[in-house]
Amino acid sequence: MSSKVIVTTTINGEEFEFLCEPRQSLLEVLRDVLGFTGAKEGCNNGNCGACNVLLDGVLVNSCLVLGVEAEGRTIETIEGMAAGGRLHPLQQKFLEHAALQCGVCTPGFLLAAKALLDHNPDPTEAEVRHWLAGNLCRCTGYDKIIRAVLDAADAV
Amino acid sequence: MTTTASPYKVIGTRPVRPDGVDKVTGRAIYGADVRLPGMLHGKVLRSPHAHARILCIDASAALALRGVHAVITAQDMPAISDKIADLGESTVNLRYASNNILAHDKVLYYGHAVAAVAADNVHIAEEALSLIRVEYEVLPHVLDGKQAMAPDAPILLDDLRTNELGKLGDRPTNVAEHIRHQRGDLTKGFAEADVIVERTFHTATVHQGYIEPQNATALWNEDGQLFIWCSTQGAFSVQEQLAELLQIPVSRIIVTPTEIGGGFGGKINVYLEPLAALLSRKAGHRPVKMVMTRAEVLAATGPTSGSYIRVKMGARRDGVITAAEAELIYEAGAFPGSPVGAGCGVIFAPYRLENVQIDGYDVVVNRPKAAAYRAPGGTNAAFASETVVDELAEKLGMDPIEFRLRNAVREGDRRADGPEYKRIGLIETLEAARSHPHYTAPLTGKHRGRGVATGFWFNWGGKSSATATVNRDGTVNLIEGSTDIGGSRASIAMQLAETLGIPYEDVRPQVVGTAGVGYNDVTGGSRTTFGTGWAVYEVGKKILAEMRQRAADYWGVPVEEVSVADGVFAYNGESLSFRELAGKLDTPVTASASVHPQNYGPGFGVHIVDVEVDVETGKVTILRYTAAQDVGKAIHPSYVEGQLQGGVAQGVGWALNEEYVYDEKGRLLNATLLDYRMPTALDLPMIDTVLVEVANPGHPYGVRGVGEVPIVPPAAAIANAIYRAIGVRMTELPMSPPRIVAALARKRQDGVAA
Repeated sequence: MSSKVIVTTTINGEEFEFLCEPRQSLLEVLRDVLGFTGAKEGCNNGNCGACNVLLDGVLVNSCLVLGVEAEGRTIETIEGMAAGGRLHPLQQKFLEHAALQCGVCTPGFLLAAKALLDHNPDPTEAEVRHWLAGNLCRCTGYDKIIRAVLDAADAV
Repeated sequence: MTTTASPYKVIGTRPVRPDGVDKVTGRAIYGADVRLPGMLHGKVLRSPHAHARILCIDASAALALRGVHAVITAQDMPAISDKIADLGESTVNLRYASNNILAHDKVLYYGHAVAAVAADNVHIAEEALSLIRVEYEVLPHVLDGKQAMAPDAPILLDDLRTNELGKLGDRPTNVAEHIRHQRGDLTKGFAEADVIVERTFHTATVHQGYIEPQNATALWNEDGQLFIWCSTQGAFSVQEQLAELLQIPVSRIIVTPTEIGGGFGGKINVYLEPLAALLSRKAGHRPVKMVMTRAEVLAATGPTSGSYIRVKMGARRDGVITAAEAELIYEAGAFPGSPVGAGCGVIFAPYRLENVQIDGYDVVVNRPKAAAYRAPGGTNAAFASETVVDELAEKLGMDPIEFRLRNAVREGDRRADGPEYKRIGLIETLEAARSHPHYTAPLTGKHRGRGVATGFWFNWGGKSSATATVNRDGTVNLIEGSTDIGGSRASIAMQLAETLGIPYEDVRPQVVGTAGVGYNDVTGGSRTTFGTGWAVYEVGKKILAEMRQRAADYWGVPVEEVSVADGVFAYNGESLSFRELAGKLDTPVTASASVHPQNYGPGFGVHIVDVEVDVETGKVTILRYTAAQDVGKAIHPSYVEGQLQGGVAQGVGWALNEEYVYDEKGRLLNATLLDYRMPTALDLPMIDTVLVEVANPGHPYGVRGVGEVPIVPPAAAIANAIYRAIGVRMTELPMSPPRIVAALARKRQDGVAA
């Protein structure tokens, strides 16, 4: 077994220090070491987006990032999206629009949509569809997800 | 949607689902999120061959690896005799099921489980797999249903004999069953026809594609008690399957369902649960968690059948169908049990037919064992029949919806496979589609076309149990056992609230496992809002009756003198709200009900789609989509719309892109979500829905199942649209770019429309 590395990182505004094998992905570390199980493993090779997190504000598939790469970085997970006891407008609109069925892809969609609205607060439907093409949902046919994101953009 | 004034206060509204906040905050616990003290991690060794005899397995090196706690093979599984188990949407022979969990003497498909390991972590378990030596004698394989029926085809199961229309054959075969439905006189019917269309279709193997991979965590205690946590469509089904596969009483098994990340029929059969259980026992009764990789999900869990379907139909000049004949060959995968029976029921279900014959064949091939997938067998069948129906209408110069209306089934008509229809809404749905603006909207531009198709699903009732307790604050705790796979906590809680006359927010539903509620069948067959809705309706009536008695006791009057309406109990000018009465309860009020309703009421959908074909690349773009469906009564319209939209999306994937690709050795080449190409947000437009509410008289609130119908019409609707766009009849799924380009090349070569 390879020796472990000490990694220090900031997750949802809080500093964490953990031991990490070099072969462990950020997704594995988040889920199995640190208990942030809101990031889901759907494919483990960057095709489904269920493991999306924001790394220094940039949307990434955490299954394609190594845990050791988190050193000194800032991570935002779904667990940090509702701030101060209030749901983020995207979370609220997902609920109002019934934009989730099984819900397993939902954390990834919410973070991806947040990354979109963070840099483009007023996207068109085409822009939302293009941006969210890296996130697979098998339940909804995307209709209500797109509507929720567009509605949240209006609300933000 | 209908606009008549609703008699309901809760039903038909769109509240936030009870589990919503947990699911948008990442807090909901899915199967892979389960963690127990001392937990080990399991992994499965899978066959690299499509068909091979296992000569020997040597796990000594794996067991010697530090951190490895147990290795199991088929020798650790109890011997199982032939027994058919009903899984709700399909049946399974348990001896074959055991063989599918771990290969006994032969591997029958690429990815077939051969051995499993439990270790300290996933990485050690994977390393251990690479240390297990398996010697194989590779055998010839067959992947294709038609080829598997040939007399010289490699035989998968030495003991399999054809059930030929009820009589067992006497020689080894890959054809497990031949079924037939027959009525009238085909020869006479075709002789009466002015036009006849006959075509043969092929559809590829496709997967349910749920985003959450299969998972299971097991703890087998020293006292013989087995605990299972997993994401499943039915905890009681897991319990029953495990009891049979492990040969232990159901009373020794407690299954706790977690949240589930999609299923679509694919999370009914067990795969990992028995392995995790056996590993737990062998590893010193420590808990063992197993989670599949995506490659394992695609290679080794239930896809649905690829198929060959021949359809021949004839019609008179006045638009009446005079005869219909079909032959369906469905690939079951490595063990019998394709959904060909359902396909035979679906194929001509929308039409009144005097002369009809349907033959179905269930054929084993060296592919993973087929599992249920949303309206199992229906999409294949409707692709074939609805394309032929479209062509008949074209040849008769009739509008395709008008042609369907001319032949549409109604109450009292009999389906080709026997049952007589009760109140159904096909005609209303066809009329709703015809009068939708989409149907008459101008569609201009090159290589664009509009197609329509209809689809049918049986739906199901099944068995449901539920319990509710009135809290002192007037809220009601609802305990149910139906897996919530797409918002059913809401649709069930709404029906209880409606029955009790209290606000939706005052009902607090929880889905529990086998230890917490009476028996429930799987969430499948589009039955949950119907069947479990029935159960909570009965629960609600019992609670109201008991509360009325308590009100009578409070006022000291006979119960008959207390009236109940809208959650208010009244006597002689005095009244108590449900909440006020709850606060006065001395002894708690609790009620349970178990039901097995039969009049579930089938559903029909009619889809309209506009496509554009890029004739250079063969890519088909969906420009506009409208799905109309008879939904009985939409309890929570948003989630009903969601069912239609999701079914359409899966149907679009099946129609245009999804397929299993094998190499010449029978190895699956595209076991990733990059290469197994499901629709993304970019591949679809908004999906318009029309909810046609023809109440099901067999349910207190008129509910019909809605989840499965919408995956049935899309492939045919899109094929019909492609024909109008480029003049080519597509007879093969998926209608992917290479197939469109090839079809266009054939058309150019022939110089005529194919």
